[in-house]
Amino acid sequence: MAVETLNEPRIGIPAATLPRLNVATATKIRRLRPLRLIQVVLAVAFLAFITNAFARAAIDWSVVREYLFASTTFIGLGFTILMTIVAMTLGLMVAVLLAVGFGSTNFVIRWMSKSYVWLFRGTPQLLQLLLWYNLALVFPLVGMPGVGYRSTVELITPFVAAAIGLGLNSGAYMSEIIRAGLLSVDVGQYEAAKAIGMTRGKTLRKVIFPQAMRVIIPPLGNEFIGMTKNTSLASVVGFGELIFVMQSIYFYNFKVIEMLMVSAFWYLALTSILSVGQFYLETRFGRGFKDGRQK
Amino acid sequence: MTMITAIDVCKSYGILQVLKDINLDVARGEVVCIIGPSGSGKTTLLRCMNQLEKINSGSLWVNGSLTGYRIIGERLLPLDEHEIARQRRSTGMVFQRFNLFSHLTAQQNVALGPVEVLRQSPKVAAQNALELLERVGLAHKAGAYPSELSGGQQQRVAIARALAMKPDVLLFDEPTSALDPELVAEVLKVMKEVAQTGITMIVATHELNFAREVSHRVVFMADGRIVEVGPPEQILGDPREPRLKRFLGAIGSKDAGAKHEARAVLLSGSSA
Repeated sequence: MAVETLNEPRIGIPAATLPRLNVATATKIRRLRPLRLIQVVLAVAFLAFITNAFARAAIDWSVVREYLFASTTFIGLGFTILMTIVAMTLGLMVAVLLAVGFGSTNFVIRWMSKSYVWLFRGTPQLLQLLLWYNLALVFPLVGMPGVGYRSTVELITPFVAAAIGLGLNSGAYMSEIIRAGLLSVDVGQYEAAKAIGMTRGKTLRKVIFPQAMRVIIPPLGNEFIGMTKNTSLASVVGFGELIFVMQSIYFYNFKVIEMLMVSAFWYLALTSILSVGQFYLETRFGRGFKDGRQK
Repeated sequence: MTMITAIDVCKSYGILQVLKDINLDVARGEVVCIIGPSGSGKTTLLRCMNQLEKINSGSLWVNGSLTGYRIIGERLLPLDEHEIARQRRSTGMVFQRFNLFSHLTAQQNVALGPVEVLRQSPKVAAQNALELLERVGLAHKAGAYPSELSGGQQQRVAIARALAMKPDVLLFDEPTSALDPELVAEVLKVMKEVAQTGITMIVATHELNFAREVSHRVVFMADGRIVEVGPPEQILGDPREPRLKRFLGAIGSKDAGAKHEARAVLLSGSSA
């Protein structure tokens, strides 16, 4: 191959022959997008079909309207929100302990953390809920020598069983999210913190976690939304959350679909609010990362 | 009065021995530059000094105390995490890749250690941080996040962060190697000013001019050993060891080096 000098053009189109144009000022021709029009038509048609189907279906919308803002509905909704917060708080605490435990230099702690995840991730959540609820069958009394004992049946109310069952289970899942977050922080950050004399605990709290949050929040938002709906599992142990309340109502008025529609509405409302909250959290923890990457 | 003493220090990663019988004395107030080809163990030696790495044998002393252990009679008690953290306070480290805390502003980066480790009040620490940033010429960037700063600016903040801990000795791990050429000078200028304050400094570097101008002694390392030590004029101007002569021949004499490089580029260009 011949060696070419770099300051001469390879192919000879003289610049003077090119038309004088400016892409900013030149009149542009609108492109037709026939496919897009078809898409819109199809979407509208589909929506009309669904709306029509539901309007003509055997759903008594007046009942839906009646119960949408009924006080019993709000009680169930309140318990759903309460359980989401309690179980999520418990789960997060467990998850952080586990994630920190995975990176511990103490092999007993590492091993225990791994075993916990293995156990709680390896069995169905519903099964765990039922086991906690029926704990009294295995351990009729709980307590400590010298402190005193209490009857397990009294202690494990539906609320307690649901909180423990949902919290401990989600903790096992979320520990992996937190671990991924910790891994996402550059090793240089650990070293810089060490170099100014910070201990591991302080480094995690002041340097690593604040940066890991950016990575942790999107999947954690997912978990939060998932938990909102998972609280409905607690209805099987008799905890009076939204589904439990709705079921109790349709057991006597037989308006099954209507009641389910009411709960669907409120679950959607809750998860929508959570999505907005997630957006603000992501903005908050995205500080110092203005490098154009997708937030 | 010695600030750092290494006696027969060895360090290996598996079967790879990176430090072989290192013996070195650095006096209080001395500025020592460590030069040598990459992979010669410069960085590892610095990392051992502030215990980011543990040495395998020998002993390493910083400001009169044995690193990593407490001496009890004839025996040694390995220090726990908190004690090591306490010992590290006497050494400040400046990294090749700056490692500024990316979620904190320049000022917060400098103030974090004093608040969290030295238990200064946040107000005092913030004030001190601002003064240190002023010293490195970045007071106007106090509120900027690392991602908003150039490499040279980040490294100057990192120097301020190390200084904020009031260490006995400052360790620089190739502080200008990750910088664009036009940003090297501003960092070297700050380092020179810091050296003039009389603090003990150990600098692993490829900047021979800096070594010549600022350091009291230059250490040449190759293949995990200290090959030659001496005053900069002698090491850089009148090297004795053939290994050092070869090293200086490869990077030292700037003009010859530049010509050599240019030729290499031409050759590779024409063969492509």
